[in-house]
Amino acid sequence: MIRELRKIWKSCFIGLLWFLALLWPMTGINSDGTLTFARPLEIWLIVVVAAVVIMLIYSANKSGMLAPFTRPVQTAAGGLAGQAARLPIWVWLLVALGLAMFYPVIFTSRPAHDVAINVLIYISLGLGLNIVIGLAGMLDLGYIAFYGVGAYTYALLNVYLGFSFWTALPFAALFAAIAGCIIGYPTLRMRGDYLAIVTLAFGEIVRLILNNWMELTNGPNGVLGIDRPTMLVPTFDDGFGFEVISLRKLYMLYYVALALAVFTMLCVYRLNYSRIGRAWEAIREDETAAELMGVNTFLLKLLAYAMGAVFAGLAGAFFAGRMKFVSPESFTFLESAMVLCMVVLGGMASIPGIILGAAALVLMQEWFREFETYRMLVFGGCMVLMMLFRPAGLIPARRMGRRSEDDE
Amino acid sequence: MAEPILELVEVSASYGKIKALKEISLKVYPGEIVAMIGANGAGKSTTLMAICGIVPVQAGTIVYAGTPITTISAERLPVMGLCQVPEGRRIFPRLSVKENLILGGFYRTDKSAIDADIERVFSYFPVLKERLNQQGGTLSGGEQQILAIGRALMSRPKLLLLDEPSLGLAPMIVQKIFDIISEINTQEGVTILLVEQNANLALQASSRGYVLETGAVTMADTADALLANPKIRAAYLGE
Repeated sequence: MIRELRKIWKSCFIGLLWFLALLWPMTGINSDGTLTFARPLEIWLIVVVAAVVIMLIYSANKSGMLAPFTRPVQTAAGGLAGQAARLPIWVWLLVALGLAMFYPVIFTSRPAHDVAINVLIYISLGLGLNIVIGLAGMLDLGYIAFYGVGAYTYALLNVYLGFSFWTALPFAALFAAIAGCIIGYPTLRMRGDYLAIVTLAFGEIVRLILNNWMELTNGPNGVLGIDRPTMLVPTFDDGFGFEVISLRKLYMLYYVALALAVFTMLCVYRLNYSRIGRAWEAIREDETAAELMGVNTFLLKLLAYAMGAVFAGLAGAFFAGRMKFVSPESFTFLESAMVLCMVVLGGMASIPGIILGAAALVLMQEWFREFETYRMLVFGGCMVLMMLFRPAGLIPARRMGRRSEDDE
Repeated sequence: MAEPILELVEVSASYGKIKALKEISLKVYPGEIVAMIGANGAGKSTTLMAICGIVPVQAGTIVYAGTPITTISAERLPVMGLCQVPEGRRIFPRLSVKENLILGGFYRTDKSAIDADIERVFSYFPVLKERLNQQGGTLSGGEQQILAIGRALMSRPKLLLLDEPSLGLAPMIVQKIFDIISEINTQEGVTILLVEQNANLALQASSRGYVLETGAVTMADTADALLANPKIRAAYLGE
């Protein structure tokens, strides 16, 4: 026991020294070439104090000194968890949906609505990407391209041809799916890393086309003046009729985003447990074996690509309608990486996991906004810790928890 | 004799510049167990993969049940009753035993018939029923081999290609697997083409055998004759 604790304290000490070595070049070297030592030391000392406090609590807990405090809490938590498990799953779904419905009433500020809409968009994107990565097992690093195709489809159809949001929505999905097939058809014979590189390149190609096709997309200046989504509202002023209103208020857009996210969830859930979903998982596990069992791997991989792209396309169209403006800047590789992080962090192939992952990453970006330059540092640190302690994600998928290779 | 269920006529295949199969010819008749033996790299597994359309055939023809299947893609073969248990089992490790079995009959859509067939597989392999909801990858090697065979049976094959079912298994379990193979052959009437390194066991279980060396058939005879052949005894049976 004592030796174990000593070992942990020692690795904690080494870790802190290593952190200092890492921290100083990042914070101690100024842009004009001068060096500072006070600031990195200050940050480091804060971290040291925090680490020592955490370690003290940890050691105390390990040696059983905190048992009088933790035991009642544990039993209470266990009791609550038992109670919760007894409730059927639809009760939880209803509670979650109810909370989502009343969210704009509870939180009325603009930033709160903004963040919520962002979370919902990323949930759609994450679940769409999950079809490609979590189910079919193909690493896609250019996923955001389909989001871009969807956004530009609505933007251009609206600005040039006057399509409304709802009529353009199927086209956004369709064009994204076609883009998925165009990239998928020549590349899907590749597996693993090679596919990842090709999709990465495809993502860049799409961004560069949007950036350079001045006549159509207005290049880096973007497309301006896109209409907001509209809605038909029944009126009784002049007999019974419908009035088209533009969804100006942010909370109205929130409900559109919520509908989109719920639609995506339902589709992905249904797909997950369908025959197609099972075939996708077989492809992920062993492509050759799947082929030998009569799974048409090429067609199904293409379908996975197209389906993933459809949801990205829908999310993209909404994004364009909400911002009233699109530019190639929104569809960089960083965004692809972000969505990928949400899927991996939340738990591949796990729908609740990805929802949580999307929420966590968007909120983390918001919360650490004050840290500015250190934001990405904190972000990266969190990712490292997550992957060390929960490699299967925040909420691992039912069957993804254990990997066969772990046993060997 | 009756028409062969599977016939290979001078089939050649290669990986890049390396010739893996040099004009292989063989015949399998309905109802029999045929063994294909040979050393590592002799082209046994490649032959099976070529039959299944995974490795492209460069020359020659493959005829299955009267239909040429040389250029037919792999996923259409289980529908025709030709299924393979690949080398190294290759079950789907993170899917449950039940899902593995369901995927074996992927082309079939009749749910009640599939459920009946799952029960039939359980009657052969009761151990799979105990592990129904366990992940395939958590099974032991022998159980995984059993699952792989059960999975292939789910497609209701007429001809089953078995690639090294004894690979990496304890001798006692190997014996059990071979008993099962004979049982499937006699009770279900499934024709079996068996690839093995364990020549002794394979030849004892089968009626005829082919010997492969560096991608070519060097000997073809009845299993008993091969077992008695001093050359075979020296080269493959360790005497």
